[in-house]
Amino acid sequence: MTVNINSAALAAGPAKAISISDVNLYYGALHVLKDINLEIQPGEFFAFLGPSGCGKTTLLRLIAGFNNARQGKVVIGGQDVLDMPAWKRDIGMVFQSYALWPHMTVAANVAFGLEERRLPRAEIDRRVKAALELVGLKHLADRRPSQLSGGQQQRVALARTIAIEPKVLLLDEPLSNLDAKMRVEVRRELRELQQRLQLTTIFVTHDQEEANTVCDRIAVFNEGSIQQVGTPMGLYEKPANLFVANFLGTANILDGKVSGSGAARSFEVVGGGSIPIPAGADVPAGAKLVFRPQYATIGSLEPGAVALEGIIAHREFLGATVRYGVRIGASTVLIDAPFHSGDALLEPGTTTTLGLKPSSVQWLAH
Amino acid sequence: MALVASVPIRPAAAKPGQILAVSVIALFLAIFLVIPAGTVIYTAFTEKGTGALTIVNFIDFFNTDLFRRSFFNSVYVSGMSVVWASAIALPLAVLTTRFDFRGSLIIQTLGFVPLIMPPFVGAVAMQLLFGRNGTVNLLLNDWFGIRIPFMEGLNGVIFVQSLHYFPFILINLSTSLRNIDRSMEEAAQNLGSSGFRLFRRIVFPLAMPGYLAGASLVFVKVFDDLATPLLLNVKDMLAPQAYLRVTSVGLTDPMGYVISVILIAVSIFAMWLSAVAMRGKDYSTVQRGGGGLSRRKLSRGESVVAYGVVALILLLVLSPHIGLLLLSFATVWSFSPMPDAYTVAHYGRVFGESSLYIKNTLIYASLAGLIDVVIGGAIAYLVLRTKVIGRRWLDWAATAALAIPGVVLGIGYLRTFYGITLPDGTPLATLWVMVVLALAIRRLPYALRACYAALQQVSESLEEAAENLGATKQRTIRRIVLPLMTGGLLAGFVTSFSTAAVELSATLMLIQSNSDAPIAYGLYVFMQSPAGRGPGAALGVIAVIMVALCTLLSHYVIERRQKALGTAK
Repeated sequence: MTVNINSAALAAGPAKAISISDVNLYYGALHVLKDINLEIQPGEFFAFLGPSGCGKTTLLRLIAGFNNARQGKVVIGGQDVLDMPAWKRDIGMVFQSYALWPHMTVAANVAFGLEERRLPRAEIDRRVKAALELVGLKHLADRRPSQLSGGQQQRVALARTIAIEPKVLLLDEPLSNLDAKMRVEVRRELRELQQRLQLTTIFVTHDQEEANTVCDRIAVFNEGSIQQVGTPMGLYEKPANLFVANFLGTANILDGKVSGSGAARSFEVVGGGSIPIPAGADVPAGAKLVFRPQYATIGSLEPGAVALEGIIAHREFLGATVRYGVRIGASTVLIDAPFHSGDALLEPGTTTTLGLKPSSVQWLAH
Repeated sequence: MALVASVPIRPAAAKPGQILAVSVIALFLAIFLVIPAGTVIYTAFTEKGTGALTIVNFIDFFNTDLFRRSFFNSVYVSGMSVVWASAIALPLAVLTTRFDFRGSLIIQTLGFVPLIMPPFVGAVAMQLLFGRNGTVNLLLNDWFGIRIPFMEGLNGVIFVQSLHYFPFILINLSTSLRNIDRSMEEAAQNLGSSGFRLFRRIVFPLAMPGYLAGASLVFVKVFDDLATPLLLNVKDMLAPQAYLRVTSVGLTDPMGYVISVILIAVSIFAMWLSAVAMRGKDYSTVQRGGGGLSRRKLSRGESVVAYGVVALILLLVLSPHIGLLLLSFATVWSFSPMPDAYTVAHYGRVFGESSLYIKNTLIYASLAGLIDVVIGGAIAYLVLRTKVIGRRWLDWAATAALAIPGVVLGIGYLRTFYGITLPDGTPLATLWVMVVLALAIRRLPYALRACYAALQQVSESLEEAAENLGATKQRTIRRIVLPLMTGGLLAGFVTSFSTAAVELSATLMLIQSNSDAPIAYGLYVFMQSPAGRGPGAALGVIAVIMVALCTLLSHYVIERRQKALGTAK
């Protein structure tokens, strides 16, 4: 599909900021959302990322107005919305299941919100046309949802939501019901559409790749609280804790303890090796050593790198890289070595040396 | 893979056993359903005496004032019954599916009411409670000086039928409402809709298919019902007219057949209409993990209103049962709000001289249920698990019985089998076995659905595993399929049994002697005279208890089996 944008046709007004402060939510005794504080900038494409059951969808539904028990404030464009019913909030939400009404045509689905707002017929027709044009489905206006493919249904759901020119746009796992190829295509379109409309958007997903590719910033959720907020690169490079390090990409974690003091501090890895701690590096008590698989070399040392002894436990050939599992003491770390034509692979059981630069590792306590 | 694909695909050869099964069932359906129904239709289109094909009988029908009036009365009564049944069912369905309501269980239990008591049984009791000189009107007259004609003429039929059949709408509508995913409602709220507008624009249209299914069923049931209008002494409706023509004018009178054809046509038309209305509208939108519409707590004031409405409806729905119970213990009950005195003499009489009715009912209903389960199970297996030729036709023929009202089947049997006499000279049509067969045919479509459901729950891989370990087809059926289907087959048997036990329309046509009569017939005979009302009511109470006990027992057995099988299903 080509996104035909005529930005004048659907004007969303100036983008709104979302400010969430001290939100707590309980289901009975269960503390589902814990002290949520978040500032989302006007026009930002923001992701709620986390495993299932982490509270991300719950927070999204709370913003939309579908949860009752609550404390705290949700301010959108300067207005506290928590006491407003869902139907008064003007917040557009695309449901994970799309929630298209099977008894209405595509056009009637898109017109619904406009009819509820008692807009004049001519204005409704104009906006329905504009919204469907925006998602490239004008020719399917008279179809029923059941006659559309998954990707088309998704676009109808989107058109239905943006037709009301919402203050902000909420997307609840919008790509989860699409096949892998469509997913890549649609997420690019979503990004493009959001940029054109300059609409503050929250995107809920459990897939870090989706969040990384489309969003400006990400809030990582776990067990009802926000672990870290940052740009995709920032979160990957400087995770705030072990959960974020593990959830975004692959992380190697090694136990050990700090020895020495002052400028001569070093981290003694359990099972072998010692890594000098750079001056000024923050090493909290009980911290573990954390590094990404591609930050270590195998069999050779770069200048400034420290050597760790290990035994190859297993290997996976991935094409561009070879992923080795290397046993150090009781732990096994994963190392990605770039593969070049003609390279000989290391056999499991071989003793080898890992090269690790102290500047590319991190110490995290929890 | 490539090797397998290159072999030309031959249709699997049907086993001799399967062909035999198809032939036997086909023969049974032909003799006891297709030929009698065909005979009725054919007779309606032939000239009396000459046997020439003609439509003159239909012209006569519409030129006769009585028949025209009967036709419109039947349409009017059925239509109004749907309206009133909807008025009762709609608030109950909404209350149970949209709110946290403690009375939900009671309301769901109401779904069994039509199963355990046919409407005609309560009709006489309703006359005593709501009739011109019944309890309610006597009290109203005393207090306010007014009477409400609940039971006058057609009103009575509409009143009794809508109270009786509303659960069909309630059950179907509730199921539809429950199958709506909450995101459907939330999406509407998100776009600015709420309250009654949301219900009207989103929720009700999505529940429409369920409503239509229930409404068309009520329409057909009321249109075909013979016993209720007869007992309420309403004769100018179609089903009673068919019965009266055949029993008073005789088997050769074409009008009985013309009315039969019209009954069949209207049944088919109503079912076709609901099928057309529902085409392509599988609105079941519940997502995996999703759980129906969101429920709301009732406020204190709303609770009071809700419980009030439910209590009133419950009282109305149970009034035939209450009335029947009172009547069965009453010495004299006439022109007074309550019976004058109470006695158990009626039960004594029923258990004494009338125990034959009970015995006959048990035999007939059990045999009919057994036939249904065997034939239904066989058809289900042939359709779902084999490719034998003709299996679809069996399914269609068995299901077509839905469109043949009991009166029509009865007339068909009389016409087809009257000429065939046994060695001792009695006509085949009046043999008690014919009643059993008519009951079995009438209940077959329902039993068939139960068998389909039971077989569909048995994963085909379970059978393949048995065959893979060396069991033959026959042994697989016996050791794997049948044990796993037991619960479903039992459910099919009980539905057939309990509805056959209280069916009257076909029975009324076919029973010739009192000694062959089942309870429903005995009830009808008793209720004809004021003196017979007491024993009749006692018989009715016994029938209700009998059917209710069977239903409860089967629920218990099925539930225990499902627990025992656990998730193996």
